[in-house]
Amino acid sequence: MLIKKPAEISSSEITPAHIYHERRRFLRDAIAAGIIGAVPGLTPAEAAVLPSSGKLAGVRKGSVTIVDKVTSYKDVTTYNNFYEFGTDKSDPASNARGFRTRPWTIAVEGACRRPAVYQLEDFVRPYALEERIYRMRCVEAWSMVIPWVGFPLAEVLKRAEPTSRAKFVEFTTLHDPEQMPGQRPGLLGTGLDWPYVEGLRLDEAMHPLTILAVGVFGEVLPNQNGAPLRLVVPWKYGFKGIKSIVRIRLVERQPLSSWMQAALHEYGFYANVNPRVDHPRWSQARERRIGEDGLFSAKRETLMFNGYAEQVASLYTGMDLRKYY
Amino acid sequence: MVPRDWIGGVLKPLVFVVSLVPFAWIVWRAFANDLGTNPIETLNRYTGDWTLRFLLITLAVTPLRRISGWHWLIRLRRMLGLFAFFYACVHFLTYALLDQYFNLPEILKDIAKRPYITVGFASLLLLIPLALTSTNAMVRRLGGRRWQRLHRLVYLISVGGVVHFLWLVKSDIREPALYALILAGLLGYRLWWELRGATRAAGGQA
Ligand code: HEM
Repeated sequence: MLIKKPAEISSSEITPAHIYHERRRFLRDAIAAGIIGAVPGLTPAEAAVLPSSGKLAGVRKGSVTIVDKVTSYKDVTTYNNFYEFGTDKSDPASNARGFRTRPWTIAVEGACRRPAVYQLEDFVRPYALEERIYRMRCVEAWSMVIPWVGFPLAEVLKRAEPTSRAKFVEFTTLHDPEQMPGQRPGLLGTGLDWPYVEGLRLDEAMHPLTILAVGVFGEVLPNQNGAPLRLVVPWKYGFKGIKSIVRIRLVERQPLSSWMQAALHEYGFYANVNPRVDHPRWSQARERRIGEDGLFSAKRETLMFNGYAEQVASLYTGMDLRKYY
Repeated sequence: MVPRDWIGGVLKPLVFVVSLVPFAWIVWRAFANDLGTNPIETLNRYTGDWTLRFLLITLAVTPLRRISGWHWLIRLRRMLGLFAFFYACVHFLTYALLDQYFNLPEILKDIAKRPYITVGFASLLLLIPLALTSTNAMVRRLGGRRWQRLHRLVYLISVGGVVHFLWLVKSDIREPALYALILAGLLGYRLWWELRGATRAAGGQA
């Protein structure tokens, strides 16, 4: 499967506010070809080896990248929304320090022919790791550019062999209040029910841009970024990128995500980045690029589907995106 | 009894300087490039927090004075209230100039469409007449009773400030809830005082 290389900048991606920043904003060398379907018969050299920290070996670079400047390692790893470790953005970096990501099991279950519970290393082994440089747009109107390391979720799902009943995929984060202070019951709590749950439609989950990440900046994912395994869906708001996943379940009905449960009128199932559909409490038309847009610069325009319209808009043809926000 | 000149000459200037410390601290951090990953968010939240804190500190003067008997506290109240107004203005400016970058249509849309901004903006507007009538000359011109009635708006403004905070958080309401609790205490004290006064007066007449 090939992610088309746009011949020219599509006009929707040009915005006066940042023309001078990035003149050529497009996906480059977006070659996912040869990856999907390559699972059986991997040679040992291609097999991913996942250490518990440090550099990741054998990562294929440049499979999907963008012209945008990559956000600094410091910003990516110290400014995190990961409510399990506290609601302040600096909380996860300090509270997740001792989080144990080994041993770690991942259950793939539900409407599939080959359900299984994997040890993390076994789960990751069949897949070739690649770097994916994606824009990440938070629902709070800020954004980053992050060099993830991971593999397409589609490969995992194909391996599980979904049955015809599988229409959606439901993901669940670890539930461990002992390690995750945000999950501890308190007088008021964080306002979310635990464990964190997210979901995708099966075709969204199978899309070549959707990945499971095990690393950033060529290294093993830091705990605060969702170690050891997280979802990345670049055309959706950041909260769809569920962290520290322990279960992937193929289901027939649309899952109820944690944020839908907390505030259904504010967070829909789709959560596609859309500058024309505002969050009820703030505008989504613009965003602040972390580390680039300084104290005295205007926010930049948010792009439809976070700039990935060319690749994903067809998933939603005929849908009222105002209704299915 | 504290000597009069000690309050005007020492305590007031001291409280003035101390009240400026939060402002000086954030300006310092801005120049030291130490506002964190999202500097505008840091500035905006920091100044919002201090606006609400100064409103509550101002509201704490009367209960504290009655409980402690330190009647000289009243002489600090006007300044503390003006600092609440000062921080509210800075807070608004961080929003209008830095966050929205002078985009007036967008600002007006926000004020009209986003309930938390509507309430915050209303609170800021209501603070203006209080700041304008804070001079001795204005107190005299209005007369004590009318002046006092006007300045009771600060109750509404503070409730507005807390509601503003409650409505802007995504899901974790613990911090605004704490402010709400403190405000409830400060307003509840006044209610209790009034009721007690009323029963006493009634008792006296009987
Ligand atoms: C008396 C008036 C006001 C008070 C007491 C107040 C107080 C606050 C407080 C306590 C916060 C939260 C800070 C935090 O998260 O720690 C806040 C945030 C905020 N306020 Fe205000 N505010 C007032 C007026 C305004 C006005 C007039 C505007 C704009 C028109 C405004 C816009 C905002 C915005 C945009 C945020 C940040 C929201 C976010 O980060 O998502 N506020 N304010």
